[in-house]
Amino acid sequence: MSSNDQGSVVITGLGATTPLGGDVASTWSAMLAGTSGVRPITESWADDLPVKIAAPAAADPVEIVGRVQARRMDRCEQLALVAAREAWADAGAPEVDPFRLGVAVTSGIGGIGSTLAAYDALNDKGWKRISPYTVPMLMPNGSAGWISMELGARAGAHAMVSACASGAETIGYGIDMIRSGRADVVVAGGTEAAIMALNIGAFAVMRAMSTRNDEPEKASRPWDKGRDGFVLGEGAGIVVLESEAHARARGARVYAVAAGAGYSADAHHISHPLPDGAGVKHAINSAIADAGISPEQIAHVNAHATSTPEGDLLEAAAIASALGEASSGVVLTSTKSMTGHLLGGSGAIETVAAVKALVDRTAPPTINLDDPDEAVTLEVATKARSLEPRGDAPMAVLNNSFGFGGHNVTLVFTEHTPA
Amino acid sequence: MTEQEIQAGLAEIIDEVAGVPADEVTPEKSFVDDLDIDSLSMVEIAVAAQDKFGVEIPDEQLKDLKTVQDVITYVSKNV
Repeated sequence: MSSNDQGSVVITGLGATTPLGGDVASTWSAMLAGTSGVRPITESWADDLPVKIAAPAAADPVEIVGRVQARRMDRCEQLALVAAREAWADAGAPEVDPFRLGVAVTSGIGGIGSTLAAYDALNDKGWKRISPYTVPMLMPNGSAGWISMELGARAGAHAMVSACASGAETIGYGIDMIRSGRADVVVAGGTEAAIMALNIGAFAVMRAMSTRNDEPEKASRPWDKGRDGFVLGEGAGIVVLESEAHARARGARVYAVAAGAGYSADAHHISHPLPDGAGVKHAINSAIADAGISPEQIAHVNAHATSTPEGDLLEAAAIASALGEASSGVVLTSTKSMTGHLLGGSGAIETVAAVKALVDRTAPPTINLDDPDEAVTLEVATKARSLEPRGDAPMAVLNNSFGFGGHNVTLVFTEHTPA
Repeated sequence: MTEQEIQAGLAEIIDEVAGVPADEVTPEKSFVDDLDIDSLSMVEIAVAAQDKFGVEIPDEQLKDLKTVQDVITYVSKNV
């Protein structure tokens, strides 16, 4: 749809279960306080790995979904369901025609824990001892399926997969479902539960992970000169997207406008970004154009910045280049400094953080930025920072997400001004 | 093994797999219609029953075991 439809999709519900807290309120207050969710891995499976730190979900989803339900769901699906329930309740559990209610919830990897458990069962005990729920537990669209069942959502249940951009891309798809008239309400987001030996080993062998094992809380340090890779986190973030007309008709509380999305593909290398940042810049510029805003409206960017030597700088330079003169006055942050990197969950949790920043007019900090890399020209919040509107137009915030495969996604959220 | 023992053992499995309280697992109950157990959970229950009672339940047999009594009878005959 063209940009004259902007403002037609709003956010009316938020849900999250993260390394910082089991819901949005606890996660957000921990973010504002600059809390790290990174912990030592004490289990023996990490003994021979070079990485012995991670950011596990703060709340056990099994206690919420229940023992019997949990044995049929991968942990990433459990986390997604917990966050979806919170978001749905937060939106006021609206009455929606089932065929006008959609789901767009994904995972970057899918139920890898269930895959590994099934493989162990296969090798140790034979095929009959594999759980008959293995396939629904390992498929990356499993969360979308479970949430559609929970809510009776029949307009479609989707899961875009683009590695660490999956959550953001799937929220973008949810926005499109409403813009294109397929749904009035869409529950959208991402989830991940991949803290296990295979994944850590596989990322570590790429030399992508921090090995600051003796200082877990300092390991995720985007834009700091001492950064040495990302920390793996787990959790889920969910938003309730709604057509503005539908939200207005039911008198819903509106957090923000889901104003637009921009995408690009680097078409360069399977895991390295395009060195000149042209792909990232194109995603940012496309999102701004799609949202119909001017760069001067942007007060805050929740960056992808994962604490890797290469990616952090490239993104900061691409933001500065894309926003031009408007980049001075933008408050940049990476909440991954606190949550770690939730892969397919990150874009969704960071969407929740970006929307909360807009609502509270406060940017959460980037912690551990003790020795900032001089190459970063943008202003980075190291403490929670209040945001001021720049001019009369509604304040806007961006969320960037990038994934192996060369996927770049930028989402734009703006303050909602009732008609 | 008495029928009561088989019923109690089966009830334990069904609680574990499907969360049905043991006192609801009575002989006349149908797995699908009364206990709301789907075909995937039925596979899990059959495997767990084989392990617990030491009785092989072939797939062609499994589809005929529709009630709790069917399983009790099958196990007590084949154990």
